[in-house]
Amino acid sequence: MRTPPCLLSLTLDSAVLNLSNITDLSPLPDHILIELFLRTLRAGKLTERVLKLFIATGKDEVFSLIQALNIQVTVNPVLPTSKCLPIKDDEIDIVIGALNFDLTSFMNVWRPIFSRFHLTIVKDPDLKEELKIPEGFNLDVYKEPDIDRVVGTSTSIIFSGYACRYFGYLVSRKKYIISMDDDCLPAKDNKGFLVDAVAQHITNLTTPATPFFFNTLYDHFTEGADFVRGYPFSLRNGVTCALSCGLWHNLADFDAPTQALKPEERNSLYVDAVLTVPARTLMPISGINIAFNRDLVGPALLPCFRLATEGKFRWETMEDIWSGMCVKVICDHLGLGVKTGLPYVWRNDRGDAIASLRKEWEGVKMMEEAVPFFQSVRLPQEATTAEDCVIEVANAVKEKLGSKDPVFAHTAKAMLDWVKLWKSVGGSSSSPGA
Amino acid sequence: MATVSPTPLLKDELDIVIPTIRNLDFLEMWRPFFQPYHLIIVQDGDPSKVIKVPEGFDYELYNRNDINKILGPKASCISFKDSACRCFGYMVSKKKYIYTIDDDCFVAKDPSGKDINALDQHIKNLLCPSTPFFFNTLYDPYRDGADFVRGYPFSLREGVHTAVSHGLWLNIPDYDAPTQLVKPLERNTRYVDAIMTIPKGSLFPMCGMNLAFNRELIGPAMYFGLMGDGQPIGRYDDMWAGWCTKVICDHLGLGVKTGLPYIWHSKASNPFVNLKKEYKGIYWQEELIPFFQSVTLPKDCTTVQKCYIEISKQVKVKLGKVDDYFNKLADAMVTWIEAWDELNPSGVKPAELPNGASK
Repeated sequence: MRTPPCLLSLTLDSAVLNLSNITDLSPLPDHILIELFLRTLRAGKLTERVLKLFIATGKDEVFSLIQALNIQVTVNPVLPTSKCLPIKDDEIDIVIGALNFDLTSFMNVWRPIFSRFHLTIVKDPDLKEELKIPEGFNLDVYKEPDIDRVVGTSTSIIFSGYACRYFGYLVSRKKYIISMDDDCLPAKDNKGFLVDAVAQHITNLTTPATPFFFNTLYDHFTEGADFVRGYPFSLRNGVTCALSCGLWHNLADFDAPTQALKPEERNSLYVDAVLTVPARTLMPISGINIAFNRDLVGPALLPCFRLATEGKFRWETMEDIWSGMCVKVICDHLGLGVKTGLPYVWRNDRGDAIASLRKEWEGVKMMEEAVPFFQSVRLPQEATTAEDCVIEVANAVKEKLGSKDPVFAHTAKAMLDWVKLWKSVGGSSSSPGA
Repeated sequence: MATVSPTPLLKDELDIVIPTIRNLDFLEMWRPFFQPYHLIIVQDGDPSKVIKVPEGFDYELYNRNDINKILGPKASCISFKDSACRCFGYMVSKKKYIYTIDDDCFVAKDPSGKDINALDQHIKNLLCPSTPFFFNTLYDPYRDGADFVRGYPFSLREGVHTAVSHGLWLNIPDYDAPTQLVKPLERNTRYVDAIMTIPKGSLFPMCGMNLAFNRELIGPAMYFGLMGDGQPIGRYDDMWAGWCTKVICDHLGLGVKTGLPYIWHSKASNPFVNLKKEYKGIYWQEELIPFFQSVTLPKDCTTVQKCYIEISKQVKVKLGKVDDYFNKLADAMVTWIEAWDELNPSGVKPAELPNGASK
């Protein structure tokens, strides 16, 4: 049996209904005033006029509540949850580096998700066969002659293998780029539905990131989640998300030794979360399933770190890992966010980890030098664009790592070449504003 | 690892600390998981009230009279009329690990419908290393079916000792009062199947509802502050302990994990009451966060106690001007460490303590 409401409660409800007739709230005792304020808010009746009535009482607790709930007079007070920005399809480019010549099944399986968007396909210059692409897509295809024509021969950057997709980043003019390996298929979520990886990446990029304080319920903008108790209000607006890193089912992105040790291991866990990687925290950013805001960080994704024995399997490369650490350091410096988690893609079995292990695996050794470097690099305040930041990082690489291994020295030069290329071909990026 | 080895029970190495002011009926649901363990009940509020402990549990119970008797004048550091009093339980425990849970938290079900043994998962989390120096995109690399991803430096793959395991909650989420007021019907129904290490240098809001820690590694940092009766603030006890703990863990190279296990949080507290308690905290936390983000501990702070005393000094200097409360809190932090060291002398096996009703 529910206890009937008390007289005070009935009075307050009545007051909320009759707010339009009330002209002065100052006679009300503080605690009743606060309760009235909250009921007004809950009833959706906090108009500008009513808000001014409360403010006119001059009571501290009212001001505190207004501040805590971030209510502003000029804006309609709304629930403090962020909504996605509406994005037009023509602001998105899907960039695919083709390491396989036959893209028919890849494109067909992604057709329901990709067909609305523009695609940029870049053929690995080392591929001899002609590309096979099914009909019905809005796309631009770039091959070796195009790359040579645009880039010229004076650059140290080699766009072959997995690096070919960066040419696509360079020539695209869209704001958001989504890129994935050509051996990935749509994954299924924990309810068995196909995951729209493009939609999830766009959601990630168009909702705020929160790098300055960890939220234990992960992404606050998801239905049914919010910031938890103890999360500072001043940090709840978040920052713009510049990079979205997705994950992989089936063949996870392990290195060769790990995959060789566990040849049967396949990833089937669906972790239903997106989270912001905290500021100053580094992580291995895989290029297999990634999306970014080209306007903000385009130049920071760079095809500059090339292993001498780099091959055509992901576990024979580190280019994306290096690029990812650059992007993260730059995002931290520019106050931008990086998210990780959803969406998943399904990655086909490919390659033999043990065979890859037999190559001299320099990547492992180089990470041991690279990680402490990136953890300690600091960028000057004057670096306010992604290009400026890349130049600073490149100079620091040359100074601190150049003598440790010729690969680092070469990378530093390639990074400077990349910025030059970006400035002449890529159009300039913006300073991250509001 | 091809075979999954069962999690050790640790029944002689772990105490379950439960603060309560009402009753312990919730223990019936936890019986299959909790019965092997020793319970430390900290009874808040009126000490003359008798709190009945369900049959079959091995426990010791402390009310306010016991706390005053055991700590004497140092009892002033233990809060009254606030679940912050639970930290007394940490102090008097003799075990290596502590699990603390609120009396409105019940057994949750995983997506397959199976009951979740939260304690088992916490033990797994605590016995397994953490990886605070580099984030693994597949989250906990030591979990079955997961591993370190490509690019993760091999030199960091051994990890560090885990000091804290922070669990989550389904149903009523742990929101602050303003959020509760605008979203009173929101329920957390999302089961995020992950455990992850909170990276070094990142602070987080630590909730005390479903928390486990290695008392030997970090116990003295788990002081839940001055809250409740006679204090200007409430519902920031676990937050305070969490920020101090994280700063000290980062300094000493220990790990803090968050994620699984989930429990089912059944009771939504009154948001108007909560607003009164938290009100000052909402403003103060804007000062507290920059403070904790910038705390540096000198190299010679090599024990948790030394770190904690150092933090208390900095609290006085930097936060004393925000409100006099922080001067009192800084003093209470020192009192806490003194009391902790008295009850837990290092190198000596702790003597039996006089306690209230025990079985």
